[in-house]
Amino acid sequence: MEATDKKTKPKIKLAVYWGAACGGCCVSVLDVHESLFDVVAAADLVFWPIALDFKYKDVEAMADQEIDVTLYNGAVRNSENEHLAHLLRQKTKVLVAYGSCAHMGGIPGLGNFSDREGIFERVYDTTESTVNPDKLRPQTETEMKEGVLTLPEFYNDVRSLDQVVDVDYYLPGCPPQTERLVEVFMAIVTGAELPPKGSVVGALEKSQCDECERKKTDNKTIKEFRRPIDIQDDGETCFLEQGVICMGPATRGGCGVRCIEGNAPCRGCYGPPADAMDPGAKMMSAIGTMIDANEEEEIEKIVDQIDDPAGTFYRFSLPGSIIRRKLL
Amino acid sequence: MSKRITIDPITRLEGHGKIEIFLTDEGDVDNVYFQVPELRGFEKFCEGRPVEELAQIVTKICGVCPGCHHMASGKAADAVYGVEPPPTAKKLRELFYMAHFVHSHIAHFYALAAPDFVVGPTAPAAERNVLGVINKVGVEIGTEVLKQRRIAQEIQALLGGHQTHVVMNIPGGVRKGLTAEQRDDIVEKSKGFIEFSKFSLQVFNDIVLGNETYVDIILNGPYSLKLHSMGMVDENNKVNFYDGKVRVVDVEGNEHCKYAPNDYMDYVEERVEPWSYLKFPFLKKIGWKGFVEGQDSGVYQATPLSRLNAADGMATPLAQVEYERMYETLGGSPVHATLAMHWARLVELLYSAERALELAEDPDIIGTDLRAPLDNIPNEGVGIVEAQRGTLTHHYWTDKKGIVTKANIVVGTTNNNAAICMSLKKAAQGLIKKGVEVNDGILNMVEMAFRAYDPCFSCATHNQPGKMPLVVNFRNKEGEIVRTASRD
Repeated sequence: MEATDKKTKPKIKLAVYWGAACGGCCVSVLDVHESLFDVVAAADLVFWPIALDFKYKDVEAMADQEIDVTLYNGAVRNSENEHLAHLLRQKTKVLVAYGSCAHMGGIPGLGNFSDREGIFERVYDTTESTVNPDKLRPQTETEMKEGVLTLPEFYNDVRSLDQVVDVDYYLPGCPPQTERLVEVFMAIVTGAELPPKGSVVGALEKSQCDECERKKTDNKTIKEFRRPIDIQDDGETCFLEQGVICMGPATRGGCGVRCIEGNAPCRGCYGPPADAMDPGAKMMSAIGTMIDANEEEEIEKIVDQIDDPAGTFYRFSLPGSIIRRKLL
Repeated sequence: MSKRITIDPITRLEGHGKIEIFLTDEGDVDNVYFQVPELRGFEKFCEGRPVEELAQIVTKICGVCPGCHHMASGKAADAVYGVEPPPTAKKLRELFYMAHFVHSHIAHFYALAAPDFVVGPTAPAAERNVLGVINKVGVEIGTEVLKQRRIAQEIQALLGGHQTHVVMNIPGGVRKGLTAEQRDDIVEKSKGFIEFSKFSLQVFNDIVLGNETYVDIILNGPYSLKLHSMGMVDENNKVNFYDGKVRVVDVEGNEHCKYAPNDYMDYVEERVEPWSYLKFPFLKKIGWKGFVEGQDSGVYQATPLSRLNAADGMATPLAQVEYERMYETLGGSPVHATLAMHWARLVELLYSAERALELAEDPDIIGTDLRAPLDNIPNEGVGIVEAQRGTLTHHYWTDKKGIVTKANIVVGTTNNNAAICMSLKKAAQGLIKKGVEVNDGILNMVEMAFRAYDPCFSCATHNQPGKMPLVVNFRNKEGEIVRTASRD
């Protein structure tokens, strides 16, 4: 992708790659709309498999650190994802974990509630529409009459990007808000002072609740926990005060409270706020202060009403959390 | 020496893909494998989640067509609770869904398909992209394309909440209604979609059908595949994307089956091959007979063209006229010319636009009864919609609290897995022959075989370059590269 204005200062080299991802992050990059012209004027896209004709071999041929910025989206689920993470780390000055999956594992990270064989058995064996009497599984190498066919190795665990390679910045969200990407990108391009390595960028320091306009009372209001299906949401009252788990207190702001605007409680795709390491721990402490009970036993009883707490508190962050996976 | 051609990675596939072409000693194509090298395993990790959460989890199967998974999931969750959403909720969902189709079909046609026809199948790669299309049809039209797609996205964001990963559905209905003012806006925008769809069909008519060479490629190129056709129909056997029964017509056009969502397992089975992470569905009543064409084959297609083949017509007037014109031109239903999928997609675009207007003008659309109460004990349910890329089935089982115990998902593109393999093989066999230099044009014409399926790689349609990056390595049996052919 060539810029039209050749007179500007040397352009930065930008790469975008996807691991175990849905494509939504790439869509968010494309959704810069008109700003795409600013991006293209300031950067040469040197690798972007979804859109451009550059191959792995082109990346391999680059000098170390030749790429200025790589946005790596998707989790690390298989050997191909891992190989590209290492390769791009080697070739890149600033590696950004882009989106929830690269940040903390994202939705594919829920795979850590199971393992490789658990997933294979369900997908290739016991799914009701599947017929597989020989219990075949995809193989990394299959001998066909014409030659050997190869596939990447599917790992037992899903990992976030920083569990595989050194990461410079995190830009969270499922997918990140495009406006935030443009801000971060322009900061890099204009040579603005960058935050310390390891920072979360393109998001607020504080929680979703800081941005959310739903009515809150600060009282101890939770008498029981309910699911979104159990309430008639009035569209105005804080979900937690309606007894519905909303990950707002344990989630960074910056997304524009988009799900809450759609009358759905937050599920935490932006990861924990700056003052918290772990979304689940943060959420437990947040609801602890909101439960309308004083006796420990009573509190426990109310907390027990939460269905699927691990799958809710760690919806987007299981591999990157203190739990990392379910012990099987 | 036996050679092989490896195309890896195919990068405009949504996700990752790889093609292996094996050549005979003479240099003809022996066999072709289309491999999907990834799996995330949603069927497993949906287990344990509350069923109403799945509509937001499964959107993450695909960031390109999240709305399809959201709708199939929402319908499956309704079925789990044995509840029928109120008319307003159903119509809001379908209205959202029509905008989803408009957005996706516009993107596919102009950014992916059009470069091959408007610019030309063997035009220089540098021109064979959406910019090349704009050069040919004019900047004004290019701007209009982007505008209409943006408007469709705005409607989705308004109705669906989150702009990418929709949060609209909840068992029994939807979370948010529409105001009269918002409705008026959508009415106007839908009228714009209709005009734009008509214009797009005119472009196809003038540029593709007006060119004898292109018509010859469509009808006589190595792109025809005689397979059965699947698609959802309403009670009048007209095409429907949101609701109805799934109908399959055989190669000859006779009804093979017509099933309600709950019965899908009586008609569709999936097989596993050790060389791909993606399963291969086939028609259960016929059985798997291998990667073969014809009336006796179990392989079917689920594409825009299949949907039109499987139906008796379109439910809206203008789309019906276009439907009739297409079949008159191509010699009657069913049509097996893979490249006619592009034409069918435009007929569907017009239907989506007309249907959006019908729904927006329906007085129910601004109703306030958005959710039906959940009075039944949850158990099991199936939801089926037509995704842009094929029939999409979600099937959930829950405990009595509505916690998912099992999930089965048959995704749109998955239906076409075997057919894509076969289309690629046929195109490769027709194009790569001994003594033929494998150049960019040849490679592009191989790509055209599966670009027609729009196999969920339309992320790329949001961007300018419209060429698929391909590198072809000719290897000997030891795997050493003897020659490399690439685009540039």
